[in-house]
Amino acid sequence: MIKQRYSGLAVALCAILAGLIVGSIVMLAFGYSPVQNYINLFDGAFGDIYSIGETLRNATPLMLTGLGFSIASKAGFFNIGGSGQYLVAWFGSIVFALQFKELPGWLLIIGAIVVGSLLGGIWSWIAGVLRAYCGTSEVITTIMLNYIALYFVNFAVKNWLAAKGADSSANIVQKASLRTPWLEKLTNNSTFNWGFVIALILIILTWLYMTKTKSGFEIQAVGLNPQASKYAGINAKKTIMIAMLLSGVLAGLAGSVDGLGNYQNISVSNSLPNIGFDGMAVALLANEHPIGIIFAAILFSGLQVGGLSISVYSTTPTEIVDIVIASIIFFVGIRYLFERLITPLLAQRGVKN
Amino acid sequence: MSTMMILMTVFSTTLVYAAPLIFTAIGGAFSEHSGIINVGLEGIMIVGAFSATVFNLAFGKVFGGLTPWLALIIGGVIGLIFTLLHAVATITLRANHIISGTVLNLLAPALCVFLTRIFYHGHGQTPIIDESIGNFSFPGLDKIPFLGAIFFTKTSLVAYVAVLIGVISWFGLYKTNIGLRLRSVGENPAAADTLGINVSWYRYLGVMISGLLGGIGGAVMSQSITLNFSVSTISGQGFMALAAMIFGKWHPLGATGAAIFFGLAQSLPIISGYIPGLKNINDVWFQVAPYVITIVILVIFLGKAVAPAADGINYIKNRA
Repeated sequence: MIKQRYSGLAVALCAILAGLIVGSIVMLAFGYSPVQNYINLFDGAFGDIYSIGETLRNATPLMLTGLGFSIASKAGFFNIGGSGQYLVAWFGSIVFALQFKELPGWLLIIGAIVVGSLLGGIWSWIAGVLRAYCGTSEVITTIMLNYIALYFVNFAVKNWLAAKGADSSANIVQKASLRTPWLEKLTNNSTFNWGFVIALILIILTWLYMTKTKSGFEIQAVGLNPQASKYAGINAKKTIMIAMLLSGVLAGLAGSVDGLGNYQNISVSNSLPNIGFDGMAVALLANEHPIGIIFAAILFSGLQVGGLSISVYSTTPTEIVDIVIASIIFFVGIRYLFERLITPLLAQRGVKN
Repeated sequence: MSTMMILMTVFSTTLVYAAPLIFTAIGGAFSEHSGIINVGLEGIMIVGAFSATVFNLAFGKVFGGLTPWLALIIGGVIGLIFTLLHAVATITLRANHIISGTVLNLLAPALCVFLTRIFYHGHGQTPIIDESIGNFSFPGLDKIPFLGAIFFTKTSLVAYVAVLIGVISWFGLYKTNIGLRLRSVGENPAAADTLGINVSWYRYLGVMISGLLGGIGGAVMSQSITLNFSVSTISGQGFMALAAMIFGKWHPLGATGAAIFFGLAQSLPIISGYIPGLKNINDVWFQVAPYVITIVILVIFLGKAVAPAADGINYIKNRA
């Protein structure tokens, strides 16, 4: 058989290509020009330093929620609660930044990030505990926790943070922001901020943790074969809780970084943020590989940011990029088809083991 | 407001909000009994809600009061066609069920809002439909003293249809040959295969029924509650239905009961204003309560999930 890694990358590339083709077919079917739209899209996502800054900033939470989803998934759990964990962390970080604005800048930022991501972690850990001790399906509990987070955060923002009749909190002080004049200047006044660097560091740390530590190994072992890992003496309950906690901390970090770097405040939201599901898409395209997640997040972020300029330069609805993203994940899902097609090709060329 | 009026309001509002969940949750049970996990119920509902609205807007003048009911069928049929994507991916192409279901959830809002913009001059939402499903009084039954007023006057006919579908589904799944076979491919596909049961076909059947009922569920939402289609028409009802199905232990009647409970919970923030004693409690507690209660009930009463044994496992003939 060919190497797993090799086929993972090949499947991802085929899926991206196939997804773009589906997008072209849909555009052609409704009389829009795929070539012109894809040029506008690329230009809007990577055309100049400002667009690149926006794309990387938008990729940051995608990387973190994708990473979070993949850790739970490696342990065999389906953390569908990324959106709720993101939301409580965003809320926690803004509250901390507003409450302790006398603290020195570095302490304020670290405090806000730690408080936020811990809240996200606790939110997901609840599902882990219930799964470990009561056997309750984490799919249901994370869905329920999503809505509890949504309604509670809305209530808290409206009643505790916002001025009477308003729907948003005050803005955080400048020194609590992850934006800096230096990065803004570098990217021609985009919203690019330190969050991207934080996400990169976390990706490396997570990769080291999963591949080089005992605890990371245990998470993977439980995911691959719960029975065998039990016989090997791995504490399954502990492992479930650690995996769900870390998963939530990472999704929470996405919320903290977005709150402190991008939004600078928090508002009432009508529905759950899509970020949890977008992060899932990123993790799936990357085959849950940390380095793959960086590229998958930048790709999807580029599609989202570039998609905005599609509708600026033509009448094509922006939603076309979401159709492309969904198609890409569809093709990732039916990887069996590609593997059937690719394996003989590689075998012919003499790629072995 | 008299006690009578309060009971009437609680009951009818509960049914209105429960109806979309009942259809969809029962649909989910069919899919999972055949062995295919369906986390794409949200996406299926979106497609159903959208196509029903488009049909209603296009043919409202032609069919008059019958339009929303025909729209439910259209929503179901389009939902079924959309769900074939999930069936082909999981059953024929051996895709991971969670990934494929997630694709439905990602694709549906993108596709439907895309089409909404094309059909309705660039707007992100459709106009309001002319013909909607209103409330209904059962002739004769509404004359029964006390009970008639609560259960059969100005109530949701479509919810009664949904409960009826629940009973039919229970009978179909547990009392007929087809139902037994459908469940057998979800419990032990290899054994079913040895007995000459076509595993793929029964799995397709299960998934298609979930598409049909999920599409109808979404259509009920747009035809009786939101009265138009936008990206927020379906906001989590599919996931609630999924939860109701698990809550109801994968049983059609259990799912129906759980969906009615969620309907009651969703209607509480709306009707609490009329009920003395509940008036001063902040809405947030009613909004959060159903979700908290669900978790608590699951933890206390249900414990370990009891999904069909081969739920989520692809059947590969020569390997089983």
